[in-house]
Amino acid sequence: MSTTYDLTLGPVGSGLNDDIGEEKRLALFRSQVRLRDSEQRAFDLFLQNLVKGTSHLSLGQEAIAAGFAEAMQKGDLSFCTYRGHAHTLARGVPVEKVLGELMQRDNGLMRGKGGSMHLTSEEHGVMGSYAIIGAHLPIACGAAWRAQYRGDKDVAVCFFGDGTTNIGAFHEAVNFAAVWKLPVVFVCENNLYMEYTPIKDVIPIPQPAADRASAYGLERILIDGNDADVVYRTAQLAFGKARAGEGPSLIECLTYRHSGHSRADPAKYRPEGELEKWKEHDPINLYRERLRQFGVKDEVIAEIEASVRKEVDDATEACKAAPSPPLDIITTDVYADGGWAWRN
Amino acid sequence: MAEISYRDAVTRAIAQEMARDPDVVFLGEDVAKPGGCFKATVGLYEQFGGVRVRDTPISEQAILGAAMGAAMTGLKPIAEIMFSDFIAVCFDYIANEFPKARYMSNGQTKCPLVVRTANGAGSRFGAQHSQSVENWCMMIPGLKVVAPSSPVDVIGLMAAAVRDPDPVIFFEHKSLYNSKAEVPDGEIVDTLGTAKILRAGTDCTIVALALMVPRALEAAERLRIDHGIDCEVIDVRSLVPLDTRTILGSVAKTHRLFTVEENPRLCGWGAEIVSIVADEAFYDLDGPPVRITTPHIPLPAADIMEDVVLPTPQRIVDTVRKSLGS
Ligand SMILES: Cc1ncc(C[n+]2csc(CCOP(=O)(O)OP(=O)(O)O)c2C)c(N)n1
Ligand SMILES: [Mg+2]
Repeated sequence: MSTTYDLTLGPVGSGLNDDIGEEKRLALFRSQVRLRDSEQRAFDLFLQNLVKGTSHLSLGQEAIAAGFAEAMQKGDLSFCTYRGHAHTLARGVPVEKVLGELMQRDNGLMRGKGGSMHLTSEEHGVMGSYAIIGAHLPIACGAAWRAQYRGDKDVAVCFFGDGTTNIGAFHEAVNFAAVWKLPVVFVCENNLYMEYTPIKDVIPIPQPAADRASAYGLERILIDGNDADVVYRTAQLAFGKARAGEGPSLIECLTYRHSGHSRADPAKYRPEGELEKWKEHDPINLYRERLRQFGVKDEVIAEIEASVRKEVDDATEACKAAPSPPLDIITTDVYADGGWAWRN
Repeated sequence: MAEISYRDAVTRAIAQEMARDPDVVFLGEDVAKPGGCFKATVGLYEQFGGVRVRDTPISEQAILGAAMGAAMTGLKPIAEIMFSDFIAVCFDYIANEFPKARYMSNGQTKCPLVVRTANGAGSRFGAQHSQSVENWCMMIPGLKVVAPSSPVDVIGLMAAAVRDPDPVIFFEHKSLYNSKAEVPDGEIVDTLGTAKILRAGTDCTIVALALMVPRALEAAERLRIDHGIDCEVIDVRSLVPLDTRTILGSVAKTHRLFTVEENPRLCGWGAEIVSIVADEAFYDLDGPPVRITTPHIPLPAADIMEDVVLPTPQRIVDTVRKSLGS
């Protein structure tokens, strides 16, 4: 694994630094297991035709969602993409609400009106999941602008993929945030692929986000996105900078998705051995080992895994039993008056 | 009462709302210190300061995206897109983001913002700086669309747009910026979704928007004086919500309908109005509804060509006379 650590942020790469503490480490582990199990369940339900439409899983990318969410405070805002289940769950949204939306049931987060690509839970700070590549980077800037304008201390955190660094909205937003010194943190999850094309085929530099940071006067930050401790520490530094009024950060997290791009994509375009190599650097196995190194007992680890499994199982059963949404909500909430009237 | 220009009405409207509500902020290209490409925002920077009135990079997606994020989290932004033609480079926000957020989130997400933009022809700027693109926005569920024709309506409808909880696209007409009219003193607040009957008549209904409103009024005057035809002229003002009641009521009285549209022919707003009247008031009609539009071409730059393609008072007079057989 060739991973470059950012030199300006200090020893973010040294896993055996005990600055994080056991309580937070257990939370980081629990979160990652919860994301893994929920996404795996979503995939299984997809194969059973119980998840309709599409779904973009974060299997293998859990450390990024968990690391950032655990570093966020209440009131911090997440802006996600269509690959947003993990980020939504990581902010504390119940598994049932997410699976319910994927299964298009009335108990879903948006009662079936948004679908898997648009998970939103404002009460948890999840300000939407956006399916037009790059659209949410400027939107996150706007939320950060409000914080700056009012003197609020929250940070807007915007997650997106490697492929997104080639769209205009990325460049407009990063420039805008840098010029206005906005409290926004841009997080590029570099999983090496767009849909089916490797990112390296479509950029003239090695790293899609990190190698563009200097164009906007930002530090080059490239981290191991599969090590939740590294992610967590990097997030804390970036949030501290944002809250101090020192402007945005652009963080590139190296990772890999274990599944295909979406639905049941078999990902045949990957070279042989690549997935296996990355599975040796699986974020959850890595973190289980980390806990052991810090002396966490196997029973504690097993208890976390069992309780997460139960939450996912219970959520699955609740969703299977839940009714479809009533058709009378088809025309609600088009406008703020709750309805859809465009004429008198 | 004072006579002010449509241009100064824009400034007064924004100032009225910014003075009332500290959540109202204003951003765009060259809008703050320079006072706007059309000088429609001169003095706002001085009055409200650089924290509330901000110049942006030439980044239309960043402007509209930032307005949305601010609106979602509690501010009431007014964003300027310098020429309405440029909506094409940030159409994602207009088509996919502002109008869908509330619906997709099952009512969680709010988006109370105003996009104001200079629309329309008459400045000899050619096909990419002269278009009337209100129909690009009218077709999208979740948006509101407004286009005032007079200074008092600029103020009243802008105030209504800023106070409205939904995203509003506010089309100012660049050929009206210099036009002047009497405006009452004090706060002015109007209502979205209300058309105005500017001239009562009995022989036919002429429905117009923005720059086409003064042209329709001029045509109506000539039709009365020269040809004895008594036209009712309606300023639609708000395409969404659409005041169909006023239009249908007028057609029930006059039995004839004309629309005067600056947008190119296909899918212009008049087609929607004609369709509604055909559906719901067919038996009130004494003859076919007639649309007077710009032909379905890109706009030419040269003055003599631009003047020929936009609906003129003369074309309105000729079309109405021919249709009414007088
Ligand atoms: C503007 C736009 N173009 C194309 C797409 C289709 N699309 C959806 S996901 C995707 C790949 C995105 O890759 P990346 O940014 O690396 O994110 P990842 O899916 O790997 O998380 C593409 C091309 C889209 N949704 N929006
Ligand atoms: Mg990718």
